[in-house]
Amino acid sequence: MTRREEFINGMKATIPMVFGAIPFGIIFGAVATTGGLSPAATMGFSLIVFAGSAQFIAAGLVSSGVSIGLIILTTFIVNLRHALYAASLAPYMKHLPQKWLLPLGFWLTDESYAVVISRFTQPDDSPYKHWFYFGSAVLMYSNWQLCTLIGVIAGQSIPDATGWGLDFAMVVTFIGIVVPLIRNRPVLVSVLVAGSVALLFDGLPNKMGLMVGAFAGITAGYVLETWFTPDKITETVSNPMELMESDPIAMQEIGD
Amino acid sequence: MTSLTMNEVMLIIGMALVTFGVRYPVLALVGKMELPPAVIRALRYVPPAVLTAIIVPAVLIQDSQLAIRVDNAYLIAAIVSIFVSWRTKNLLWTILIGMAVFLAWRGLMG
Repeated sequence: MTRREEFINGMKATIPMVFGAIPFGIIFGAVATTGGLSPAATMGFSLIVFAGSAQFIAAGLVSSGVSIGLIILTTFIVNLRHALYAASLAPYMKHLPQKWLLPLGFWLTDESYAVVISRFTQPDDSPYKHWFYFGSAVLMYSNWQLCTLIGVIAGQSIPDATGWGLDFAMVVTFIGIVVPLIRNRPVLVSVLVAGSVALLFDGLPNKMGLMVGAFAGITAGYVLETWFTPDKITETVSNPMELMESDPIAMQEIGD
Repeated sequence: MTSLTMNEVMLIIGMALVTFGVRYPVLALVGKMELPPAVIRALRYVPPAVLTAIIVPAVLIQDSQLAIRVDNAYLIAAIVSIFVSWRTKNLLWTILIGMAVFLAWRGLMG
C-alpha cells in the first residue's frame, strides 16, 4: 500500500472512535470553562496536553480548587497507561527517525492505540504502516480541537451544559474497546479484578485507585494465564490487543 | 477573550510535560531493545485492565456515593452498551446505542 492509502485507511479505521470523542470533547470544553478555566486555557489543554480523560479529571480538580502540583501529579498517574501502550507499539517503530517518533508519541491516545496496534500486527510487510498511525492521529487530534472549541462556545451560551452528562461518551467508548478484548478467562478475570479493586479504592486521593485497580487486574490476568499455561510463557506474542486467540484455556467464544 | 493566567500557563506546561513524558520516551527507547516475553505477555492485559479501572467507578459512583440504582442512567446505559458490544463487536453501534439509551434514560428519570 502507498503512504496515501495507509494514511486514508488510518483515518477510516478511526471514524468509530471519533463518534465517541465528539460528545466527550464538547462536554470537556463546556465543563472546563464553566468550572473556572479560561477559554484560552481550555483550548491550551486540548492543543498542548491532548489527553482526553486526564484533561477531564484535571478540569474537575481545577474547579474544586486543588493545587497545581497535585493536578500535574494526577495527570501523570492517569496517563501512565500510555507508557504501556508505547512499549507495545515501540517494537514496530524502531526503524523510524525522531521526526516521526516525536509527533506520533505526542499523539498517542487510547483510541489511536487500539486502531494502530491492529494495523501494526497485520502480517503484511508494508513499509508505511506509520502513515496509518499518522492518519489516525491527525483525525483524532483535529476532531478533539474542533469539539473542545464547540464545547467552550456552548458552555458559555448554554450555562446548563455541564448537567448533560455527556461524559458518558468516554465510558461507552471504553466499553466498546474493552468488551471485544474479553475472549478468554484470564482477560475476563483481569477486567473483573481491575474494576472491583478500582471501585474499592475509589476514595484514594489523586485517582490512585485507578492505578491500584489496573495493576491488580494486570497481575490477576497474568498469574492466571501463567498458572494454566506455564510452558507457553516463553512464546513471544506480538499483539496485545488480540489477546491469546489460540490459547488452550480460551473460552469457546464467550459470545455465542 | 479571557486571557491566560500565570497559574493556567504553569498548569498546562506541567500537564503537557508529564503527558509527553510518559508517551514519547518509551516509544523512542523501548524499540531499541528487546522486551522480555513475560513483559510483553503482561502488557496485553494493560488496555483492558486500565480502561475497566476507569469505567467502573465512573459508572457506579455518582455524587461520591455508590449508586447501584435504577435511576442511575450511567449504570443502565453501561449494561446495555456491554451487551451491544458483546453481541455486535461493533464500536460504532455500541457508542450510538449506548449514548441513545443514556440520554433517553436520563430524560425518563428526570
